[in-house]
Amino acid sequence: MFDIPLQVLLGQITIGLVNGCFYAVLSLGLALIFGLLNVINFAHGALYMLGAFGVYLAFQKLGVNYWWSLLLVPVVVGAFGALIERFLLRRLVGLDHLYGLLFTFGLALVLEGIFRDIYGSAGLPYPTPASLRGLMDLGFMRLPIYRVWIVGISLLVCIAVWFLIERTRLGSYLRAGTENAKIVQALGINVPLMVTFVYALGAGLAAFAGVLAAPIYQVQPLMGSNILIVTFAVVVIGGLGSTAGAIVTGLALGVIEGLSKVLYPEVSSTIVFIVMAIVLLLRPAGLFGREA
Amino acid sequence: MKTSASILIALVVIGVLAPLAGLYPQFLMKCVALALFAVAFNFFTGNVGLLSIGHAAFFGAGAYTAGYVTKTWGFTPELALGVSLLVAGLLGLVMGGMAIRRQGIYFAMITLALAQMVYFVCVQAPFTGAEDGLQRIPRRPLLGIFDLSSDLTMYAFVLVVLVAITWGFQRIMEAPFGQVLLAIRDNEPRAISLGYDVQKYKLSAFTMSAAIAGVAGGLKALTLGFAGLPDAHWTQSGNVILMCLLGGLGTPLGPIIGAILVVTLESRLSGLGVVQIGSLSFDLSTKVPIIIGFIFMICVLLFRRGIVGEIGAALSSMKARQQPVVADGKKTSSAR
Repeated sequence: MFDIPLQVLLGQITIGLVNGCFYAVLSLGLALIFGLLNVINFAHGALYMLGAFGVYLAFQKLGVNYWWSLLLVPVVVGAFGALIERFLLRRLVGLDHLYGLLFTFGLALVLEGIFRDIYGSAGLPYPTPASLRGLMDLGFMRLPIYRVWIVGISLLVCIAVWFLIERTRLGSYLRAGTENAKIVQALGINVPLMVTFVYALGAGLAAFAGVLAAPIYQVQPLMGSNILIVTFAVVVIGGLGSTAGAIVTGLALGVIEGLSKVLYPEVSSTIVFIVMAIVLLLRPAGLFGREA
Repeated sequence: MKTSASILIALVVIGVLAPLAGLYPQFLMKCVALALFAVAFNFFTGNVGLLSIGHAAFFGAGAYTAGYVTKTWGFTPELALGVSLLVAGLLGLVMGGMAIRRQGIYFAMITLALAQMVYFVCVQAPFTGAEDGLQRIPRRPLLGIFDLSSDLTMYAFVLVVLVAITWGFQRIMEAPFGQVLLAIRDNEPRAISLGYDVQKYKLSAFTMSAAIAGVAGGLKALTLGFAGLPDAHWTQSGNVILMCLLGGLGTPLGPIIGAILVVTLESRLSGLGVVQIGSLSFDLSTKVPIIIGFIFMICVLLFRRGIVGEIGAALSSMKARQQPVVADGKKTSSAR
């Protein structure tokens, strides 16, 4: 009798960990974009949705398999992001940050609206790739392999991005640009190109999360806006200050959300916001944040 | 100092002429309710300079409250709106208290997240009727005496509410309190060094804005007889931002014009004629959000001051060309 709740508990923790991976990848992209562009990318959820639709459509229309999609869809969405930045967002440089937010808000409405117009609001199923089906036996519990895959690959990508930002030459330029773009530019580094790259990288990360999500969640136009608002709360809790902070906070909140589904299901949809409220009262700058 | 009086006159004239011009009272009432929402939003974001993406929570709370007390407890409209005011104001005080310490983008994200929490509460709470919402909310007589069952008398009532509140907000902005708000928006460190408790001013403005957004939600519920989840959904917050941005954020009449434009656009696009009872959300038509989104992007890229703001800027630059001295004098007097 005690075993069953333990099974359920562990099951929900892994589901929470999977969600946490999505939060981590999304909030990482948000933090990167915010760092260099000073824009809260409201279209992040829509880009995530584009990723999921990308893998779905590539399979349905072109017969492209999951693995190629996992590689190509983020690149395509990233290129789309680069175009958006280069030709539209760039016009807002130097204005109040809020205009960037409002612009991307409009962009999100357009993207989601177009997909809803074509595909409706119902979820579309995407098959789990054959090699990732089935369960993995850990002795004390059995896990769907696809969930393990999501957690593993997301963590890998998060660490790779962290390494890129914190340990490479390019990353040092990016961090310098976040501190003071004008001086970096004066030192002969092409900051506008770097900005485009970062927006593309953030968009690609969002799309990557979308591709991963397609087999376990239904592919549907509004999937992005729901997860985006939670991601915002994650970002507020973690603070936009650090790359590692975004990753850790995302994972932790996913697990907390998973636990709440077992312990007190009534609050499971609001728990992240409750945590946010508590953090705001105790540490207004967020757990890893610098005062903004 | 004459602005408040001329606004009062303009609103009354337009409001009275509209039904005579053959517009449906149902459509007009929806315009009035959303215009009041936009006015409330503008009072905070336009004058304090912080973007709230959480105003749908107040609108929704007001709509549910008014609907519930009218339907279940038999409250008359003025009492129901009063309760809406209190509930939304209290909610605003709590949400504002958490968010107000943070600046800019964080403030926007916190209001959005807290509003989403309110939305989930609305989904689960027993008194909101979940997906069905509160339907067939009756129109009880005003003060227990005046019959409001005719659309035209109801319209007259909500118009009076809109005009009175818009005028009141304008008076507040002309009063010392409003001047301090503008000072905070324009130069917060200076306002602090002058000894103003900046947080308290911001929080008061946020609470007032939230309370009136609640009244707007209440008006919507009472006029259209329906309160539901779309009222509290974050798209409603986006809607009100668009109305103010389109009409002119920070201008007294811009939000009202923006609201009328957006409501007209939505009802035209939905292809159901002018009136659309039931839901204010995008759900009815799939084309609406795309076009709304494009308008958003165009507004941000091309005319950030909105319709009223651009006209005002054009007028004042014309004036400045003709009589540079007067324009300068005006500037010093407003900076005083």
